[in-house]
Amino acid sequence: MPPKRKNSSIIQVEDVGMDVDAEFDSGSEDEARRKRIQNRRAKSQRKAKLTIEEEEDEDEDEDKAPRGRGRRKRPKPIDSDQDEEDEDKGKRQTATRRGRTTSKKKSDKEDSNDESGKEKGSRRQTRGKAASKTQKEEQNKDKKENAKGKVEESKDKKNKKGNSSSDSHNSDSENEEDQLSEGEIEALKEQVEEKKKLIATLRNKPWRMKKRLIILKEAQEFVEKFEGALGKGKGRKLYAFKIMMAKKFIKFKRDFENFKTACIPWERKIKEVESHFGSSVASYFLFLRWMYGLNLILFGLMFGLVVLPEVMMGLPYGSIPRKTVPRAEQETAMDYSVLFDFGGYAKYSFMFYGYYNNERTVGVLKFRLPLSYLLTGVGIFGYSLMVVIRMMARNSNEGGDGGDEGQFTFSWKMFTSWDFLIGNPETADNKYASITTSFKESIVDEQENQKDENIHLRRFLRVLANFMILCCLGGSGYLIYFVVKRSQDFAKLDPRSLTWFQKNEVEFVMSLLGLVCPPLFETIAELEDYHPRIALKWQLGRIFALFLGNLYTFLFALFDEVNAKMLDEKAVKNATEWAYQEYYANYSSFHNTTDVPPLNIPPADVVRGPCWETAVGIEFVKLTVSDVQVTFLTILVGDFARAVIVRFLNYCWCWDLEAGFPSYAEFDISGNVLGLVFNQGMIWMGVFYAPGLMGVNVLRLLTSMYFQCWAVMSSNVPHERVFKASRSNNFYMALLLLVLFLSLLPVIYSIMTLPPSFDCGPFSGQDRMYDVVLETISRDLPAFIGNILTYASNPGLIMPAILLMVLAIYYLNTVSKGYQQANTDLKKKMQMARDEEKNRRNNKDSTNQMMKDLEDLLPDKSLFKPQVQEKPPTDAAPEKGSKPTKMKPGTAGVNLHKEVSLASPNPRGPVSRGPGPRGGPPGNAMGPQPGPGRGRGRGRGAPPPRR
Amino acid sequence: MGATASQLDKGMLSEYQELTFLTKQEILLAHKRFSELVPKEEIDRINCRIPMSLILTLPELKSNPFNERICKVFSTSDIKDGSLSFDDFLDLLSAFSDSATLEIKSHYAFRIFDFDDDGTLGRHDLEKLVNCLTGGTDDTNLTPDEMRQLIDNILEESDIDKDGTVNLSEFQHVISRSPDFVSSFKIVL
Repeated sequence: MPPKRKNSSIIQVEDVGMDVDAEFDSGSEDEARRKRIQNRRAKSQRKAKLTIEEEEDEDEDEDKAPRGRGRRKRPKPIDSDQDEEDEDKGKRQTATRRGRTTSKKKSDKEDSNDESGKEKGSRRQTRGKAASKTQKEEQNKDKKENAKGKVEESKDKKNKKGNSSSDSHNSDSENEEDQLSEGEIEALKEQVEEKKKLIATLRNKPWRMKKRLIILKEAQEFVEKFEGALGKGKGRKLYAFKIMMAKKFIKFKRDFENFKTACIPWERKIKEVESHFGSSVASYFLFLRWMYGLNLILFGLMFGLVVLPEVMMGLPYGSIPRKTVPRAEQETAMDYSVLFDFGGYAKYSFMFYGYYNNERTVGVLKFRLPLSYLLTGVGIFGYSLMVVIRMMARNSNEGGDGGDEGQFTFSWKMFTSWDFLIGNPETADNKYASITTSFKESIVDEQENQKDENIHLRRFLRVLANFMILCCLGGSGYLIYFVVKRSQDFAKLDPRSLTWFQKNEVEFVMSLLGLVCPPLFETIAELEDYHPRIALKWQLGRIFALFLGNLYTFLFALFDEVNAKMLDEKAVKNATEWAYQEYYANYSSFHNTTDVPPLNIPPADVVRGPCWETAVGIEFVKLTVSDVQVTFLTILVGDFARAVIVRFLNYCWCWDLEAGFPSYAEFDISGNVLGLVFNQGMIWMGVFYAPGLMGVNVLRLLTSMYFQCWAVMSSNVPHERVFKASRSNNFYMALLLLVLFLSLLPVIYSIMTLPPSFDCGPFSGQDRMYDVVLETISRDLPAFIGNILTYASNPGLIMPAILLMVLAIYYLNTVSKGYQQANTDLKKKMQMARDEEKNRRNNKDSTNQMMKDLEDLLPDKSLFKPQVQEKPPTDAAPEKGSKPTKMKPGTAGVNLHKEVSLASPNPRGPVSRGPGPRGGPPGNAMGPQPGPGRGRGRGRGAPPPRR
Repeated sequence: MGATASQLDKGMLSEYQELTFLTKQEILLAHKRFSELVPKEEIDRINCRIPMSLILTLPELKSNPFNERICKVFSTSDIKDGSLSFDDFLDLLSAFSDSATLEIKSHYAFRIFDFDDDGTLGRHDLEKLVNCLTGGTDDTNLTPDEMRQLIDNILEESDIDKDGTVNLSEFQHVISRSPDFVSSFKIVL
């Protein structure tokens, strides 16, 4: 901007201010208002041409949608203007603003002089007057500038064109910009930042693409143009470099983002399912995918830190007893049936705990395998916990507050019940039906709040149902215990004399229970006659209890077995030690020497203990595998075969199979999710004893993704009651968290209290598994760290730490309670405000005198009203932040605006219609011209604007 | 804007990425789907529009009860025939995409539900909306009595200023509390 211009403009403004004051008394308010409205457009357009900064305002005027964006940048200039009235600013625009504020100040003063007796009601008029003055002043200026400023304007335009067209502006603008003062640079910087922000948030604007494109281009040009000018001398290069890097970084980020989304697997598959079955079924697949990702990471941890080092750097197969199949088993070790039960070679492979050597370090890297084994095993839990909790937090953030469910039931049903993802006519039909039912249901609910005709019978039935389900749960628990016990007896017999069923009894029974019990529960739940949504929750809870009970019975039975094995082991250990001593004694007495060569037995022949850890691992792997088999079989038989039969037998059957009894299967979301969750629990528990289990699980999830996707698309029909997913998502996560915690317990227990086997696994020879950590601390770390840790594990330190944690929990709890309280208070306040508005609306005639007057007096004026009120907030908005004393007029204006909008439902319509001829002579205003006195009188006696 | 030329040039692509919630792949996919719909004789014309009837053959929109409204809302056509240019099409996908904000989504949802384009949801709009949601067939339709009751309830809940209509801010207030609006107001190609 040419600096010389500022002087003239200031003079202008000063003149104008005088003009306004002189003219004010004679001029009428209404006329001024009209002019103002007209001018507002003209002005902004003119300004936009004058200064590039104002481009934004123009945009604003065009679409009216986002207010305040352009205004946000104003506060500073206004403040400074008011503070240092005579300080000159280089921009004409600031000058005009100052003009506005000056006149406003004057009018305020005038007001206080003239109408010192007037009450608050006249505040608005003050506003209006101020506005009118601004208006007039603007118009005057307009006039003058029409003559004076034209030259400048054209010059300016030329300038701008030159700038925006190409790089040709460089020398020109740089010269200019060199002259910029500090403050201007600051302001420019601010604007550039503003523009950048605009670019970043442009996609959040509900505008047409074309307009956004134009704005984007303008903003980018602006940034491009002025960014380079901001640095100086040496700094400029650095600045330019920084800008360039920032641009590159943004581009890189975007590319990376694209790459990331391209890497997400099964996106299209899930979308296909989504469009056919709605978001609820898709949520299962999303969950499955998430689990797959989690398991992949856990798999990476386990394999990278435990399995690979042992396989690559540890001793090879057959070198030591724990890595060799015993002589007795060698004939059958490669048999398929043996391998299928994870005996033989599989048992002595890296899949299981027993394979790992207790050497402190392996390979040239001196990798501490036992330590790594323990830390990885525990770390998997830690990582899973972290991820699950983070996911839960994110979900609950997304889900809105959801606290006031009852408040908007109907509106939600109305506005949010359609699932826009549905792209399948059949699903759409089901959705229509379910929405209709839900409408009708809720209407009925509303009409009569469910009369309970026989509450005693219902209660009795519910108690009965719960009793029966408890019996089922107890029965299934006992059955599993019984079977596991029996399997221990079988295990003592010769494996060859057992039938297949006897060998796999445990897995078979557990899978069968999982298959039979849920439908049974559902049948029993019919007795209870709950609302379907509540019934679903009960059902989920019961299945959960069943699975959990089964899992834990299984665990307890397993622990019995482990204890038995440990006794066994002790005997074997004693026997071997005794044999060694015998050997030494014999050797030394026979050869009469103390230099005894070590006993040389081939590793396959060494007597060895039962290695309970491997046994536990095998149990878990078997359980997982049988679970997979059962799931896949159920899908094949229950869904696919049923679909095939229904589809093809329908041609020659006596009733309609598709519509009638068997029909097609629905996708059982809750059952599938629970299955997945429990499977994961088993993985978590078992992976410590069977590192290979992670690999099995990853394979399982991978196949089940494809298999279930196929099954769902080929042989399932959409739900009759299509319900939505997002709500229950966190419910699944909570289940997962619970299962994770429950599976953590036994593992930690075994790590901390059970003695590891003496001849297999990475911890053999140690008293407890965690001794590895202690050993590492004492032997490998510097002494002072050991000292620190000793101090840290001192009860004197741990107790205060626990105390501190308890205190922190207490504190956070209190804080959250406080927030809750504040929340409910705010809600109450909203309710009250709403009620008040309701009341006001209802008894408008009696209470709200002012509104009535307004409507009576100004039948046509109410159309213009809001536009007048529009002004004060624009001025007041900056003031709110900076000067609290000035808040009152602003707030009054806002309130009034609200009331007015209540009175005239669509106030904005007429205004946007006629901007009028631009820059018309200020004198001849159209429309009625009520005098200022009348305007003031309107407010008299009216109650002050409430709230 | 040479958006509908057979190839999207790089500058446009990056601008579209800047302006929409879509990723590069999604924009390319959208472009592919869009060019498939373009009639043969118009394939080289810049700025060509696809008539609504063709847009509605997309499986993603076919069974949506609001499909015509969606086209009308996103169309920039002067004659209000609901035809979409590629820009409009991208606008649509962006508003319905996964990462669009609640504000955008609720804004467009309001426009879609506002059948008579008067800026508020009146009783008439709500009635039409209910009919859309219930499929519009005779056996699923609500009786007039039920309809009245339903709309009364809705207005009672969400019409805060009690002017008999639901305006945008009231609508957004209601929607923002809903737990599953964002997840269900989605269309993906």
